[in-house]
Amino acid sequence: MALLPVYLPLAETAIDGLLLVAIGAGVGLMSGMFGVGGGFLVTPMLIFLGVPPPIAAATGANTVVASSAAGAIAHWRRGTLDLKMGTLLLVGGLAGSGASVWVFGWLTKLGQIDLVVALCYVVLLGGVGILMFAESLRAMLAKPAKAVAAKPAASKPRGQWLRGLPWQMRFPKSGIETSALAPLVLGIFIGVLTGLMGVGGGFLLVPAMIYLLAMPTATVVGTSLFQIVFVSANVTFLQAVSHQTVDIVLAGLLIAGSVVAAPLGARLGAKLGAARLRVLLALLVLAVAGQLGYGLVERPDDLYSIRFDVAPPPQGETP
Amino acid sequence: MMRSALALLALLAFAPAAKAQPLVADLSSHLIAITTGFAGTELLLFGATEGEGDVVVIVRGPDSETSVRRKARVAGLWINRDEMRFAGAPAFYRVAASKPLAEFVPPALRQRYQIGTDYLRLQAPADAAPEEVASFRAGLLRNKEAQDLYDAEIGRVSFLGPRLFRTRILFPANVPTGAYSVEVLLVRGGQVIGAQTTPMFVNKVGVGADIYDFAHDWAAIYGLLAVLIAVFAGWAAGAIFRK
Repeated sequence: MALLPVYLPLAETAIDGLLLVAIGAGVGLMSGMFGVGGGFLVTPMLIFLGVPPPIAAATGANTVVASSAAGAIAHWRRGTLDLKMGTLLLVGGLAGSGASVWVFGWLTKLGQIDLVVALCYVVLLGGVGILMFAESLRAMLAKPAKAVAAKPAASKPRGQWLRGLPWQMRFPKSGIETSALAPLVLGIFIGVLTGLMGVGGGFLLVPAMIYLLAMPTATVVGTSLFQIVFVSANVTFLQAVSHQTVDIVLAGLLIAGSVVAAPLGARLGAKLGAARLRVLLALLVLAVAGQLGYGLVERPDDLYSIRFDVAPPPQGETP
Repeated sequence: MMRSALALLALLAFAPAAKAQPLVADLSSHLIAITTGFAGTELLLFGATEGEGDVVVIVRGPDSETSVRRKARVAGLWINRDEMRFAGAPAFYRVAASKPLAEFVPPALRQRYQIGTDYLRLQAPADAAPEEVASFRAGLLRNKEAQDLYDAEIGRVSFLGPRLFRTRILFPANVPTGAYSVEVLLVRGGQVIGAQTTPMFVNKVGVGADIYDFAHDWAAIYGLLAVLIAVFAGWAAGAIFRK
């Protein structure tokens, strides 16, 4: 039974306010620790609690704005945010999410949008999770536990192939030198996918920066959060304008929990160390991928469902 | 002066009709106000009958077009495939009766007054195959029941003595807003001998209503505000927790 039921004016249902604050705290902790926005966790949870899916997705994005902003600021103060890299990723990301609207329309016309989105989730989450898990486990086993936190694997020849590309640029914060094209193209690619999947993209961005750009894990988290702030703010605004699906009461409760927990997450992450952090994130991503994959393969309890109507019936007083 | 004279005239004109009226009923309230603390509510319907008979109460929320989707297996995955739109599905639906319906309401009457979820007139597209319509319709009813918006169970109308009756109508937290109708029928010998329809409204009031209106009327400013609040909250927490 709900301890403190709060009526959510746009979701049009009542949910326990304390429960929502607790969920927000969980997302904030995750966000500060791993540099993921937590959109891929909060949206399914809200749907499970009875929030209509479009409102859960849009309000989830609004929550991610706060948790990633809190995390990004914490990393900025600690000096673990590569602003130069983040800006390049962001430019690509905004262009990509613009393009995704077009891709979305094309797939809808083909009638395959549901299949593509579902497959994107499982394949990307699963692939990323397995890759990260294997790599970070190897790194963790190879070194003694206390050395892990000290130095991320900078000596490995990761990202070497990018040296041949034009527009070589130095990123002093991350201590790497690579082509400016790399973060731009990566940003576009992730922008398209996040536009399609409706998530911030942190779970893709973090491993991509580690394995493709060869950035040290220390700056990856803050830089990823930086770009997520803007991408999720963009999604929140567009959803509020075109579908009125952002419930600020719901978002406010989730945000209250998440902003308090995000700085704690950042501190906890710093203590845990790079390799262990990656193992945990990999396990989390794999768990979500497994859950989603199982949901796709398993026969649902009811094959029939009612599509949520974005425009609800008018208020009673209008004749 | 003129008004009271008119009122008297009206009273005189309707007095005989009121006396012969076989059924009178009313609700404890005609407005459900959804405030921030709203977590569902209950209304009392009460009334009196003239002479023998049993009572059926039908509560309907506003009708709307409802889309039902069906998942199918595509390459081993369950994906939403087919869709059917129904017109005339009430957003909310409840029935209560003073006796089991089978004992006193003939099917023709249930059909006519849409008594029970099986008798709801949901209009499917004209070109749809009958067996498809039946399974999509069943899917719609199942989903509405799972959301607590429909109830296949018949509620109880209890008689207090031979004439007075009452029933309680429960509205869950997710009750849709809009104009409702509460229809009360007096049935005797398989015939409706008295009927009364009472309107009822479910509205958001207070802060919740203001937020809803703001989100719809000033969508761009609302969206901007939502983003700004979130960024500010993130910044404020960082500032407070810095040590």
